[in-house]
Amino acid sequence: MSQTRRELLVDPLVDNNPITLQVLGICSSLAVTSSLKVALVMAIAVTLVTAFSSMFISMLRNHIPSSIRIIVQMVIIASLVIVVDQLLKAYAFEISKTLSVFVGLIITNCIVMGRAEAFAMKNPPIDSFIDGIGNGLGYGFILMLVGIIRELFGSGSLFGVTLLQTVNNGGWYVPNGLLLLPPSAFFVIGLLIWAFRTWKPEQAEEREYKIQTVEAH
Amino acid sequence: MEGLIALAVKAVFVENLALSFFLGMCTFIAVSKKIGTAIGLGISVMIVQAITVPANNLLLTYLLKPGALAWAGFPDVDLTFLGLISYIGVIAAIVQILEMFLDKYMPALYNALGIFLPLITVNCAILGGSLFMVERDYDFAQATTYGISSGLGWALAITAMAGVREKLKYSDVPDGLQGLGITFITAGLMAMAFMSFSGVKL
Repeated sequence: MSQTRRELLVDPLVDNNPITLQVLGICSSLAVTSSLKVALVMAIAVTLVTAFSSMFISMLRNHIPSSIRIIVQMVIIASLVIVVDQLLKAYAFEISKTLSVFVGLIITNCIVMGRAEAFAMKNPPIDSFIDGIGNGLGYGFILMLVGIIRELFGSGSLFGVTLLQTVNNGGWYVPNGLLLLPPSAFFVIGLLIWAFRTWKPEQAEEREYKIQTVEAH
Repeated sequence: MEGLIALAVKAVFVENLALSFFLGMCTFIAVSKKIGTAIGLGISVMIVQAITVPANNLLLTYLLKPGALAWAGFPDVDLTFLGLISYIGVIAAIVQILEMFLDKYMPALYNALGIFLPLITVNCAILGGSLFMVERDYDFAQATTYGISSGLGWALAITAMAGVREKLKYSDVPDGLQGLGITFITAGLMAMAFMSFSGVKL
């Protein structure tokens, strides 16, 4: 085992983040971040599903024939997602309405499949569980960051509590309506990636073409 | 009929799966480097979407809905909680069958699309299409229209994105923004362009 368990948990937060570096699970990170509460619920749901699916798949890893492994993984993940979906419908109906199809889409969230395939098939259950939690948290971390930016500047509140009094309610803050619209999620994540890669330059991608300066005569 | 056309136009432009619901983003970002591959993937998504959405619609109407099992003598059974697992099962099975069918009868098409087909099972756009169909209570005709046109919309978006990215690689982008970052920002600009369709009513 080259990595300690602590590394398994902490690495995916920044150094090997599933969204900004591995490019996994982008669909839902864009769609559910317009309010922080929804983003938090989604982050918790994904973390739990990733952790438990990695654990169960890892327990079964020596019994799954490799030709049908994708379908076995799908069935395990789908069952866990059904549990989450039913729980949300029972205890947080409003939020489950807002999330609509995105709870179901955790099944096809690439993070869950990606970790199952890349890590859980080769490692023992407890390590896989921790790896799942770590990656879920890395995903949740970006989700919360984007959620905070979008809700704070888009509607002047966090978790529905008004922090910046908006002009419509007699305050001073003019909300940026663009941040509540879908395209802004792309911009916010794009800029976050830029910030991350400026902070940790080794994550930046190589250019395909170098622009060369030619001496003018 | 007019209702169906309006539904189709809405699914292609206004409610574009890729750019306004962000479905299938992983593949959208990963496979949009070249126009050729993007078109191939777009067409495969369209075909699979056109088959799976109506198939899941039939499954819902005749097996899962409350009272749907009346023909088998169980009028009180409600199996909707099994929805997610059955839809993904149907999708995985159809993709597998399509792959074998193409391999046997249309080898040329199989060689062109083959590598993308396994990717499609885990493409959120496909499962998302089926889930939207369930949530919006489409009947069979609507489901078929929605399947074809939402697939077309996705294909359109990824082809346009690939076109932009082919030019983008010659441009002078700041170091940290290179690659993934600038792709996101481009996608954001495209999503804004697609939003201009949102006022269109038919």
